[in-house]
Amino acid sequence: MHKGKGMKFVGDSRVSAERKASQIPKDYSEYPGRTEAFWPNFLLKEWLVGAVFLVGFLSLTLAHPSPLEGMADPTNASYIPLPDWYFLFLYELLKYEFASGNYILLGMIVLPGLAFGALLLAPFLDNGPGRRPHQRPIAVIMMLLGLTSAIWLTYTAASHVDWETRAEMNKPIPPTAVEIDKSHEGFAAYEASCLQCHGEALEGTGMAPALLGTEYTAEEIAKIAVEGLEGDPGMPPNMFTGSDEELEQLVDFIMTVNEKAAE
Amino acid sequence: MLQKIYDWIDERIDITPIWRDIADHEVPEHVNPAHHFSAFVYCFGGLTFFVVVIQILSGMFLTMYYVPDIENAWKSVYYLQTEVAHGQIVRGMHHWGASVVIVMLLLHTLRVFFQGAYKKPRELNWMVGVLIFFVMLGLGFTGYLLPWDNKAYFATQVGLEMAEQVPVIGGELKALLAGDEEIVGAQTLTRFFAIHVFFLPGALFALMAIHFVLIRRQGISGPL
Repeated sequence: MHKGKGMKFVGDSRVSAERKASQIPKDYSEYPGRTEAFWPNFLLKEWLVGAVFLVGFLSLTLAHPSPLEGMADPTNASYIPLPDWYFLFLYELLKYEFASGNYILLGMIVLPGLAFGALLLAPFLDNGPGRRPHQRPIAVIMMLLGLTSAIWLTYTAASHVDWETRAEMNKPIPPTAVEIDKSHEGFAAYEASCLQCHGEALEGTGMAPALLGTEYTAEEIAKIAVEGLEGDPGMPPNMFTGSDEELEQLVDFIMTVNEKAAE
Repeated sequence: MLQKIYDWIDERIDITPIWRDIADHEVPEHVNPAHHFSAFVYCFGGLTFFVVVIQILSGMFLTMYYVPDIENAWKSVYYLQTEVAHGQIVRGMHHWGASVVIVMLLLHTLRVFFQGAYKKPRELNWMVGVLIFFVMLGLGFTGYLLPWDNKAYFATQVGLEMAEQVPVIGGELKALLAGDEEIVGAQTLTRFFAIHVFFLPGALFALMAIHFVLIRRQGISGPL
């Protein structure tokens, strides 16, 4: 052993010291050009870049809190599932006729398998000596094609989604939902007209949004209960058909629950 | 004093060569943005590693509050998000980091590809890198379920339906991931949690170790 301090181990079973030097990096002077010591000069610069990057990253997390939707409800039949953005290309690909239905295996396994398999084996498929892009046009063109189609599919999938409405429809409702005062005079009307779609605790269901945290005023709620709401998803008219007094009690009930929840 | 401690350790475990391998080497001119600004493309690999470190640290803190159980998973995330001091920031870092790491990984892969840096003798390291990419996508997929909100639940259901359609092993594959042939529920959540927190990170660390050892052995590819 002539490595390092020339130490000897008792009963040394390690690889013999014959294979020396080859793994030790070349001396600084053997490199051409203006080299720089990694430690500590270059590492300091890397840390500076890292610090700037971290500040940008933290700004992102502060400006956009991570989203959380309502608790998973397997009975919610109207929910349209969406994967994370980096799987959107696959999601969109599987919408094409040649990649779904009877051809699902083509879209799900063959096409992505070919693309990622080629990526994995790229050094063996593109095994010429030239490194510059123009010396290996086929590899470069294949990569550009794959990249363009992935970006295009992701873009198409994302542009079909109305992200704001989606987030609005799926707001998380705190688990400590307020207790519903069933003796309230408006509860009977709520139970008869609204409960089926808006849920027992105003928490919303797959059919209608939550009434907890609503931004409408009492007058607007009274109007919507009778006339419904236009647009998508909207609400059909004449959901409430009782007397004006009952309507007033109903609105009062909804507002009371909201006030309690806001406390 | 420090020198004495260093010598004491070095005398016993011969750390000088290890130190040389890790830190005592030259940075060639063509990868140094101080000399050629276009060399910033060489930063993407390091930034990927940096975000991975952020993911590991923020993930470790998340598990202090997270409960992998269908009754409490969502509630624990909601609590973390609304009640815990800086919980929103820690979860935000983990959430956005998952996206940023994919972006950085993609940029790093493209840099290596278009420079042809995977050619002999670096074929093995390229393959290890692509495997890291796959592991990272797996981490993204399994992590998506853990908050147990609607988005998580229904996206996972689609993912499992796709796994089921794989020829021959489809049924078994789904059962392996979901813990049941039919139900997506409590077992699925604990399995995804185990895969996300133990299995895939284990694979990731091993692959990253190989990736870095190979870089030190082979050095960085020369200028074009």
